[in-house]
Amino acid sequence: MRAKLRTANRWRARMRTGTDGLATGLAILSTVLVVAPLVAIFAYLIYKGAASLNWAFFTQGEKPEGELGGGMANAILGSGITLAVASLIGVPIGIGGGIFLAEFGRGTKLANAIRFTADVLNGVPSIVMGIAIYSLIVYQQKHFSAFAGGVALGIMMIPTVTRTTEEMLLMVPHSVREAALALGVPNWRSVLSITVKTASPGIITGCMLAFARVAGETAPLLFTALGNSNWSANLNEPIAALPLQIYKYAISPYDDQHRLAWAGALVLILLIVAAVSLVRFVASRGVLKGAS
Amino acid sequence: MPEIRTSQSAIQSGPNPGAGPVTSPGARQTPEGQAAAEGSAIRGFLLSRGNSAIADRGFHWLMVLSALSIFGIVVLIASELVVRSQLAWSSFGLKFFFSKFVDPDTHLPMYWDPVNSHFSALPFVYGTLMSSFLALLIAVPLAIGLAVFLTEMCPRWLRTPLAFITELLAAIPSVIYGLWAVFILVPLLREHVNPLLIKTLGWTGLFADDNPTGLGFVAAGVILAIMILPIISSLTREVMNAVPGSQREAVLALGATRWEMIRMGVLRNARIGIVGAVILGLGRALGETMAVTMVIGNTPQISRSLLANGASMASVIANEYAEASGDMHLSALTEIGLALFIVTIIVNALARLLVWAVTRGAPAQVR
Repeated sequence: MRAKLRTANRWRARMRTGTDGLATGLAILSTVLVVAPLVAIFAYLIYKGAASLNWAFFTQGEKPEGELGGGMANAILGSGITLAVASLIGVPIGIGGGIFLAEFGRGTKLANAIRFTADVLNGVPSIVMGIAIYSLIVYQQKHFSAFAGGVALGIMMIPTVTRTTEEMLLMVPHSVREAALALGVPNWRSVLSITVKTASPGIITGCMLAFARVAGETAPLLFTALGNSNWSANLNEPIAALPLQIYKYAISPYDDQHRLAWAGALVLILLIVAAVSLVRFVASRGVLKGAS
Repeated sequence: MPEIRTSQSAIQSGPNPGAGPVTSPGARQTPEGQAAAEGSAIRGFLLSRGNSAIADRGFHWLMVLSALSIFGIVVLIASELVVRSQLAWSSFGLKFFFSKFVDPDTHLPMYWDPVNSHFSALPFVYGTLMSSFLALLIAVPLAIGLAVFLTEMCPRWLRTPLAFITELLAAIPSVIYGLWAVFILVPLLREHVNPLLIKTLGWTGLFADDNPTGLGFVAAGVILAIMILPIISSLTREVMNAVPGSQREAVLALGATRWEMIRMGVLRNARIGIVGAVILGLGRALGETMAVTMVIGNTPQISRSLLANGASMASVIANEYAEASGDMHLSALTEIGLALFIVTIIVNALARLLVWAVTRGAPAQVR
């Protein structure tokens, strides 16, 4: 009887150890399966794109179909202009919203509702934002424009910037605020010059994160900025953008355009990796070096 | 400088809860409330005095307006979508989403016919649901496995690089995923994976042999899975970290192996949050546009085979919106966009509520 129990226990112990080993193996396998596509994507981007990253890529505009060579300079310029408009809209309003959530509305129901809505808005597909801006600006103006593209990207930035600004401002210790108020600094001045300035490394990295996120967005630009084969810096005309150009070249039948698409994708991913790494670096060094 | 002097003189003259333009809300004269009244009265008095009262109020309202812009954006999107889709809604009603027409020439079901103004969103709804379902099927086990590895089993020196890699995966734009999928993933599926699937699982009827391009629901499902993996995994990690260490220790003290500890101590407590993370991944998969447009084949048809071409709601909008022929076409596309908007809002709100319920209000990761 005791021997039977002993063997049963031994078998059960072995089963449990075996299950533990199996689970560990599966977890390691899933980690490898997750890391593999990322490594593959980066490897292919570098392998296929690095060779095409020459001076012509950054200085020449789009060449007609069938002609070899050319570059994506007009797309990079267009992206820069659209993102500048987007930042002008997204960053001030986003930081203002973050200041309200952290300073004036902390704990109120309104602030909770706004925070929840910002999180939900982050998950709305970007193409829906594009439709809304199409309906609002393009339909009224009867033409596509870089301005409409910038507005679409800008309103995509607002929820992200708001949330990260709020998180950074919440980290500023109360002593800093109290010291400023105790010296008689008016409230608005204390918030702007003291609290925001203390949290500014974090706020800037939050803006960079939002910037990097909308820099890669294609869908809202598909029918607001539309894309442009020529050089254009006019806000009232369709304008090229780097992700739009990558999309156009990727689905085209010409090998030379495929090569340019890979190079453009490499440029885009390097920009985004730089932004994400910078964010991580600043976050790890400590956002609030000045505050005690 | 003048501002400091004014406020200092105000402090020296002494706070007086009774007199002066005190604007503190809820100031009480009862002895119990006197201390609180004095505190807020002081603050109110100081805030209402001095050169900066107007500037303070103006700044306050400016910040309120900026914050309310978030509501404004939601209202703006909703109103524009509703207005622009009015035409299609009044013409087709709710049957827009499940009606079926028949092509008079070929007698095959035809859903999306801009030429004859026959619009039915059924194939796009089917395509979105099918690709998202496939993506979840592939991504959820992998993401939970990754999260378990990162939180419980990973050696400390490996944790930061792996977390960084997962964060990078989340930051890659959709169009680059699509580019990689079109040139690397689809040929891989076409040459190696699809023939294998047809040979082994063709008897189920789900893997037909009639689409040799490699595009289709399987390609869309795989690339969507790669895209939603980081979201599910990072939220699962957050939820797992929110489980108190005492739970883990209790299970270990009872003699459990490491996997049993994870299963009983962590995953069981974090169940709700993991469901929330999965639903959030679903929300992202439903709305994903560019990568899906490039690999799903863009054929508005419904077929039992998973290897067949299809179309999703976001892909048809991306393809046809800029060149929509006529107001009805545009309106039908906008109605699809409205449906997508409502569905993703509901799904995201549900997911955020579930995650919040487990992490109890800790600031959610902005992903």
